[in-house]
Amino acid sequence: MSAVTVIYALMFYAATVMLVAGLAYKIAVYARTPQPLKIPTTPAPTTKAGVAWRMTKEVTVFASLFKSSKWTWLFGWMFHAALLLVLLRHLRYFTEPVWTWVALLQPFGKYAAFAMLAGLLGLWARRIVVDRVRYISSPSDHLMLLLLVMIGASGAAMKFIDSAHTDIVSLKAFILGLMRFDWQPLPTDPVLMIHLGLVIVLMIIFPISKLLHVPGVFFSPTRVMVDNPREKRYVRGWTASAQPASGESAK
Amino acid sequence: MADFETPKLQEYPIIPHLKRGVMEHSSPFVAKPDHQASVGFPGELVDNWEAKAVEKLGDIARNNKAFKVFLDSCVKCGACTDKCHYYLGTTDPKNMPVARQDLLRKVYRRYYTFSGKYFPWLVGAEDMTQEVLDDWYSYFHQCSQCRRCSVFCPYGIDTAEISMAAREIMDTVGKGQKYCNEIIGKLHKIGNNLGLPEPALADTLEGLEEDVKDETGVDVRYPLDVKGADVLVITPSADFFAEPHIDGLIGYGKVFHQAGISWTLSSYASEAANFSMFIGSPDNLRKVAMRIRDAALDLGVKRIVVGECGHAWRVAYSFWNTLIGPFDFLDKNYPVPQHIIEVTHGLMQRGALKIDKSANDDRRITFHDSCNVARASRMGNFPGGQFVLPREVIKGVANHYFDMAPETIHENTFCCGGGGGLLTDDLMELRVKGAMPRMQALKRVVEENDVNFLAAICAICKSQFTKTLPYYDFPMDMIGSVHQLVSDAIVLGAKD
Ligand code: HEM
Ligand code: HEM
Ligand code: SF4
Ligand code: SF4
Ligand code: SF4
Repeated sequence: MSAVTVIYALMFYAATVMLVAGLAYKIAVYARTPQPLKIPTTPAPTTKAGVAWRMTKEVTVFASLFKSSKWTWLFGWMFHAALLLVLLRHLRYFTEPVWTWVALLQPFGKYAAFAMLAGLLGLWARRIVVDRVRYISSPSDHLMLLLLVMIGASGAAMKFIDSAHTDIVSLKAFILGLMRFDWQPLPTDPVLMIHLGLVIVLMIIFPISKLLHVPGVFFSPTRVMVDNPREKRYVRGWTASAQPASGESAK
Repeated sequence: MADFETPKLQEYPIIPHLKRGVMEHSSPFVAKPDHQASVGFPGELVDNWEAKAVEKLGDIARNNKAFKVFLDSCVKCGACTDKCHYYLGTTDPKNMPVARQDLLRKVYRRYYTFSGKYFPWLVGAEDMTQEVLDDWYSYFHQCSQCRRCSVFCPYGIDTAEISMAAREIMDTVGKGQKYCNEIIGKLHKIGNNLGLPEPALADTLEGLEEDVKDETGVDVRYPLDVKGADVLVITPSADFFAEPHIDGLIGYGKVFHQAGISWTLSSYASEAANFSMFIGSPDNLRKVAMRIRDAALDLGVKRIVVGECGHAWRVAYSFWNTLIGPFDFLDKNYPVPQHIIEVTHGLMQRGALKIDKSANDDRRITFHDSCNVARASRMGNFPGGQFVLPREVIKGVANHYFDMAPETIHENTFCCGGGGGLLTDDLMELRVKGAMPRMQALKRVVEENDVNFLAAICAICKSQFTKTLPYYDFPMDMIGSVHQLVSDAIVLGAKD
């Protein structure tokens, strides 16, 4: 067992723990924090099914973003849709036998890698060129894009540049080994090292960065609350304490 | 008129380039110790205020989901940056919604996030300092809490929530805004924002009855503190004396008169507006609202109806049931509370009002969707009723109606520029500049459709437009109430 294998194996375990525990903690905090008042941004659905539909549109086609900025929507949606496809394709490294639907997705890899990179570069260009977006950007906002571009570029390099190819079969053995606590050697091609190293960084920063928009979107009260304050009395947090008793004047 | 330039209205709306610091000088008068005391806050900046402010910030984050989720979730995508009327009107980058949030977020990150604690330069985290406080005081009083940014943000991040929290934190450490806190203090003491005591109110209403009698020959009543009336009307106190608001109040009275509904106003709860929302103060919010429950119980009414007021309607529609419900002592056949537009609309649908539309024939009307009605409440029983009902009422009493451009109405409406506790003379420059996007849309319909009447259903909008219309070369009496239109078209005593 080479030192590289041991180091990467340990880093993957650590990163997985941080990602899962960090996200679980954040989700628990969001779920537990009370929302004292009804604040859906109206017009809002008056039923739970309506809210489910509203959220489906937000998460799948970024409906609000579409309304506000066509360029950001175009690049942003392209990036996210491609990212989803890429991640689903990656499931082939984690499953044995590979699920049929994952196998069926494999031919689309080419497009996904380039769409993802194009989307990211478009978003980055906007961040640099548009004075308003440049003003609100911190170093971390640029670095996040850099990180994703580098992950995408190193992945694409492995796929499309002959000299950067890696031994997929051994890599898969390594990953399945990690999952079964039966370590196998990791191929040490430099591009793969970079790809995996950056993925580990991404996993670690996920729960402590703006990537919290992923759980956040499902907890945003202005989007997920039902518009029915008159029909159904709502109390939480401080509004649930010290209620006036019915029929009694608190004068 | 003043020492600032009124923005020029362009042919088409443009997104301006940013100019740093141009509104840094704009901040409202600071509350005096007795104003602060009247709303339960320290009179001046407390010792060790930095730590206390940070502590309060953490406290809100633990007790308010929206605040917490909004602070964590923003990806700096920039979609909101050109959506705020104050940015469009002033070009100051700190008036971009996300930049406004960041004034607070940078402190949250510094003290409450891993990255901000250990790598502040990376995520733009900053300590709580005097400069930060000054920026807060200035720019959190350049937000009318209109929620326009929230409509366009992919996560619905509502800068209004951040502004409310920031103002609460500032109040807690002793730096309050004079305008809001003085008004809330008056309300606690007397029952309305203007400080009108019961005799003055009774006098005004009596005068109103005489005026209407002179004009129409009919005895329309404007009752006060009548026990056993069916309907308690809660309306902004501006309706009692300010122009053009009072014509709306006259209209409500005529509607009830024609429909034969017994109603009353209350001297104890003589204010619909609840400014406590602007300063994000739970205690004051509930205390102000509680007057209404008490008045309703005291007078033994069956229904509560709210007059034309944007913020008031948000608090009433969205918060009353939570704050002062349950309303099981009221008639279950009516929504609680009900908007006066809903009442009039319902009566018109049933043909209970006789209307002569030609009375409004000299008017070519457009409608300003008040932002707090549009984006924080509803009317009727379907989403978007808040856009449909007022327009149907207007079209039901007048022949010439024209909407402004679609990107400036309904949920996209631009705030009048004076909401959220900014309707004070010490913020005149901000108010005029913030009105620019609305004025631009108005100019289009004035030029294309000869519009000469801007109807609104919010007391603040009406006052704000009265002041700002002249800056843009529109006549100030262009602004009026929806119920002023109803009032003029209703045919009294002619029910068949
Ligand atoms: C439920 C799933 C997700 C939803 C609904 C979502 C939604 C969004 C939206 C609406 C934006 C703003 C527009 C844009 O810049 O693209 C955004 C930005 C972003 N998202 Fe996501 N996202 C999701 C998952 C992810 C994941 C898994 C990642 C990364 C691994 C990610 C990374 C980013 C980044 C880096 C940005 C900022 C782009 C920039 O700098 O302009 N998102 N997301
Ligand atoms: C444990 C995690 C991961 C492993 C083991 C892994 C491994 C690989 C390998 C071996 C390739 C080359 C595929 C080929 O030669 O056919 C690749 C491609 C790629 N990877 Fe990853 N990767 C991981 C996570 C990620 C993540 C989180 C992202 C995105 C944020 C990503 C983005 C890409 C892209 C865009 C490509 C090129 C297109 C494609 O083949 O789908 N990878 N990855
Ligand atoms: S709530 Fe309104 S005023 Fe405040 S930042 Fe958002 S758009 Fe601007
Ligand atoms: S639109 Fe929302 S996520 Fe995007 S920058 Fe503005 S507040 Fe942040
Ligand atoms: S005054 Fe009217 S338009 Fe302005 S913030 Fe209030 S409701 Fe909105």
